Amino acid sequence: MSAAPPAANLQSPNVSTAAPASEPAQRPHVTVRGLSKRFDKAIIYNNFDLDIPRGELISVFGPNGCGKSTLINMIAGLVPPDAGQILFDGRRLDEIKFGYVFQNYREALFPWMRAFDNIAYPLKMMRVPPAERRSRTEALVAHLGIKLDLDLYPYQMSGGQQQLVSILRALVVEPEIMFLDEPFSALDYEMTLFMREQLQRIFLETGTTTILVSHDLEEAMFLADRVLLLSRHPARIAAFTPVPAARPRTDATLSDPDFVRTKAECLEVFQREVRQA
Amino acid sequence: MKAQKAEAFLPAIGVVGLLAIWSLATWQQWVDPVLLPSPAATFKSLSQGMDDGTLGFDFAKTVYRTAASTLIAAVIAIPLGIVLGSSERLYRSLEFVIDFFRSTPASAMFPLFLVLFGVGDETKISVAAFGAMLVILFNVAYGVMNARKTRLLAARVMGASRLRVLFDVMLLESLPQTFVGLRNGVSLALVIIVVAEMFIGSQDGLGHSVFEAQQLFDMPRMYAAIFAAGALGYGLNLLFLLIERRFVHWSGK
Repeated sequence: MSAAPPAANLQSPNVSTAAPASEPAQRPHVTVRGLSKRFDKAIIYNNFDLDIPRGELISVFGPNGCGKSTLINMIAGLVPPDAGQILFDGRRLDEIKFGYVFQNYREALFPWMRAFDNIAYPLKMMRVPPAERRSRTEALVAHLGIKLDLDLYPYQMSGGQQQLVSILRALVVEPEIMFLDEPFSALDYEMTLFMREQLQRIFLETGTTTILVSHDLEEAMFLADRVLLLSRHPARIAAFTPVPAARPRTDATLSDPDFVRTKAECLEVFQREVRQA
Repeated sequence: MKAQKAEAFLPAIGVVGLLAIWSLATWQQWVDPVLLPSPAATFKSLSQGMDDGTLGFDFAKTVYRTAASTLIAAVIAIPLGIVLGSSERLYRSLEFVIDFFRSTPASAMFPLFLVLFGVGDETKISVAAFGAMLVILFNVAYGVMNARKTRLLAARVMGASRLRVLFDVMLLESLPQTFVGLRNGVSLALVIIVVAEMFIGSQDGLGHSVFEAQQLFDMPRMYAAIFAAGALGYGLNLLFLLIERRFVHWSGK
């Protein structure tokens, strides 16, 4: 993550408020071409192509071990691909700002720092002066209307609050893209529901292109503009399905006929892919 | 509230019980009074020794030697442990040597250090430092090596350089384990110092005091010196625990 000059079209504000059109209107934000990756003998990706539209929230869903996390980890530069090219509007990863949220918030935050300093840490890495770090962090928290005591240490917070701190830490650099690897799977159900709301609100506020890995189809669909369904490895795109529901989505969305129908379709694709073992 | 207050006094039960049995044993003369003086005689000797300065002087000498050896050990072992721990390959290549000498009783090194440093303080302090150093080194290196992978990855993803990761993450991650090493190290240093004070041409120190009192059959003084050594060991451990709780507040959480 370098301090590259921000792109002209850093965040597109309008895209996220309505259900996406079935065809991306603009040119894609992320282009993945010829991606290949193997672990020992298992070919996880073989010549894999993917376009991710700008300003949308994409959920990645698929059978166990199909390489959901590996995909975002390769895009985010945590795992080197064996071959292939990943570009962000024509630029390489080291030319853009991005945020990454780990599943295990307990191990991803720094327990020796207060929540505030945890959130501001990426700014320190970008050599932002302390006064500006403070004002930018405060502005972000105020803008998103998040109620958290930022003077607490992570271990003094609940799991959901800690993950919220992780998400704020990823957002503070004003990333053009966000990666979340099963961000809520270590939380209890009550907290998961609350965090879905929070993430949706953050996404509506910022409109940042977001790629989320989920192992829960309902969660994947509730949050996403499109669900990327992967096959068993070597992974293919089994479906890249738009979710037909306006934002903000609520509990009622879950029982909306269009939503339910799409979910049934996704489930069918998923089960077809699982059975192909 | 009442129950909580009572909880705080639980540790006192063991102390009172021990004193009661001890008093009973000496009062009933179950044990030869020459071998086991009464608690009163022992604590009188303890307070007298501390008052007139004979025991106090020995106590201070032992504190000085233990502190000096632990300090030397820490100054060498902590930076070295960080360097070794930050490269797992480097540590693996030295692991056997470290483990071997860590397992070697430091007391077996006395003759060698006597030849090197003579019979003065240097020998005692350097043998204790040698023992404590390996314990601290081992713990610091493991603390650094066991730094949570996710945390290192998180720092890297946020743009931290290798050096930054070392100072901002690995160093702090290793602190709880470093304190484990320091507490074990200071305990070991005290053991070695007290033994050294007994046997290798020593004129002072708690070890010397215990040994001398035994030779003179001054049993209250011997027990007093043993208690002083016990209090010192307990106090040093407590001191490091308090420092740890203050500065490594996230430890175990």
